[in-house]
Amino acid sequence: MSEFIEYSLLGLLSGGVTALVALSFVLIYKGTGVVNFAVGEVMMLGAYFYYAGTVTFGLAPWLAFIGSMALIALLAMVVERAVLRPLSGQPVVAVLMATIGLASIIHGGVEAVWGGDTYSPPTLLPRTPLMLGDILIPGTALGNFAVAALLIGGFLAFFRYSKTGIALRATASDPVTAATLGININRAQRLTWVLSGLVGTVAGVLIASSAGLSPLLASAALGVFAAIILGGMDSVLGAIVASLIVGWVEALGAGYLGGKSRDIVPYVVVLAILVIRPYGIFGTRGIERL
Amino acid sequence: MRTGVFHESFRAEERLWDSSTQRRWMLAFLLALFTMPLWGSDYLLAMACIVGIHVIATLGLNLTTGNAGLISLAHGAFVGVGCYTVAWLGKHGVPFWLALPAAGLLSAALGLVVGLPSLRVKGIYLAVATLAAHFVLTFVFREWEPVTGGVPGTSIPRANLFGFEFHGDRRNFYLIFTVAFVAALAARNLGRSRFGRAFVAVRERDFSAEILGVHLLSTKLLAFAIGAFYAGVAGGLLGYFYGAITPEYFALTLSVFYLAAVIVGGLGTVLGSILGALFMTFVPEALRLAAHLSSQWFPGVAALLLPMGQVVFGALIIGFLVFEPHGLAAIWGRIRRTFHLWPFKT
Repeated sequence: MSEFIEYSLLGLLSGGVTALVALSFVLIYKGTGVVNFAVGEVMMLGAYFYYAGTVTFGLAPWLAFIGSMALIALLAMVVERAVLRPLSGQPVVAVLMATIGLASIIHGGVEAVWGGDTYSPPTLLPRTPLMLGDILIPGTALGNFAVAALLIGGFLAFFRYSKTGIALRATASDPVTAATLGININRAQRLTWVLSGLVGTVAGVLIASSAGLSPLLASAALGVFAAIILGGMDSVLGAIVASLIVGWVEALGAGYLGGKSRDIVPYVVVLAILVIRPYGIFGTRGIERL
Repeated sequence: MRTGVFHESFRAEERLWDSSTQRRWMLAFLLALFTMPLWGSDYLLAMACIVGIHVIATLGLNLTTGNAGLISLAHGAFVGVGCYTVAWLGKHGVPFWLALPAAGLLSAALGLVVGLPSLRVKGIYLAVATLAAHFVLTFVFREWEPVTGGVPGTSIPRANLFGFEFHGDRRNFYLIFTVAFVAALAARNLGRSRFGRAFVAVRERDFSAEILGVHLLSTKLLAFAIGAFYAGVAGGLLGYFYGAITPEYFALTLSVFYLAAVIVGGLGTVLGSILGALFMTFVPEALRLAAHLSSQWFPGVAALLLPMGQVVFGALIIGFLVFEPHGLAAIWGRIRRTFHLWPFKT
């Protein structure tokens, strides 16, 4: 029983960080209708910027953290303007391939500059583990979860109460009506990309400082699709709940079935959901008109 | 100067080669292609064989994605299914002329299964469903050791047609390009048939197509199955060409490679599939040549080759999407038109 509780706790904690990555996906999908296959690469790039700031340039961790967020925000603006805006209104496959191309460019660039080695950047958070009875919880897992929970809470409040957040939601639900009400859609979509990049960077730095930094970090993001599909692609709350569920199932699978199952459990979940309930738990059921 | 072609009937419009000039050029091209083993260098022949295999697989994906509008990220895995089928059947003494179609049919059957979600989901959801299918299939390639040989891979016996053994690039060349020619012709003819028109109708607006009497279930599944059949045949030829294969070859990058070839070449055209596969195969080679030439001035350049290849790959995809969404086929069409109308301005 204590084994079960330990696996469950670890799974839920790692699910918190997964939720950040999922949030990065969902923000862009909801705000601009684009599914961004480059989220993992953006996350990885942010972590490499953080590593370069702290180790190569010797900055304080918090300063490097802010610096990497600023760089990613800048990059997100450039990408939105140069790649995604010219492609608006193109078929889904075109936009999808554009983000895959973007992922390839970032991946290649990172490998050209930093190579394929694994680095361990300094952590932002304390590493002291926590003992709950006879269950040991690693300090980084707990800290990561706390940061993720804070950030997600902040985002939910931002979308609910702030004027900018409401404008973003308006743009997401109906761009044309939002424009007639005086919302600058281009600016809203740019802001969406920047926010998603920032969330991705935070997730990247958190994962990299607890699990190490290598180009493999990007592929971890593909597993997040399970969470997004389960939660419903256009629901922020759904993404969070589903991330916790997927993290929990993954940890149980890895604990009882062995580590190999981690490669395949998320995808089996995806296939099952898409056949049974394609719009997820919280997603809106699409109605198509001719 | 060639004057314009004026069609007077639908039949004339739909003809494969609309003028005698075009027929003559086609004949010249085929003659040059099929005498290539006589005049080409070993390097050129090996590259040509790889291009031929990629052309077959790209033709299939272009039918699924370009003509019917169904995104598939599992195409690389279908190629793998074909390859492993040929390997397993070959070891059990099944002759090549049975094993190759069997590879296509097994891939097509799996394509039907993977295509099932396409009835309920589309667009981006379908992309994710096929992505999941890709990971499940590659997991099977790695773990089902008795059949696939696991991570170390497996070997494939040579193709043998009634005692004539296809060993070496020169003999494989004829095998690959005969199949590729038939595949291209079949894809072109499919586009002119009832099914090809149904594919396009489904791509443009699937519910409208259903109201017009297109059966959505069978059309979407057919599009997936035919695409996967092409991939399976390409995978079988790939196995005969290399003689040994590891599961690493069928990574997600292979699926993305074929999607990129379809986009760079031109969605929904046979010419686009051929040009796209040709172009995408030769870009890494051109990069390698450039790195080789510049290595005397910049010694460290070889280590950057692989990452820079990824950067160029991504930049090509984005560049084509933003500046030439109809791909190389559109550029080809423009060049042709310029020659037709010369010396007048288009």
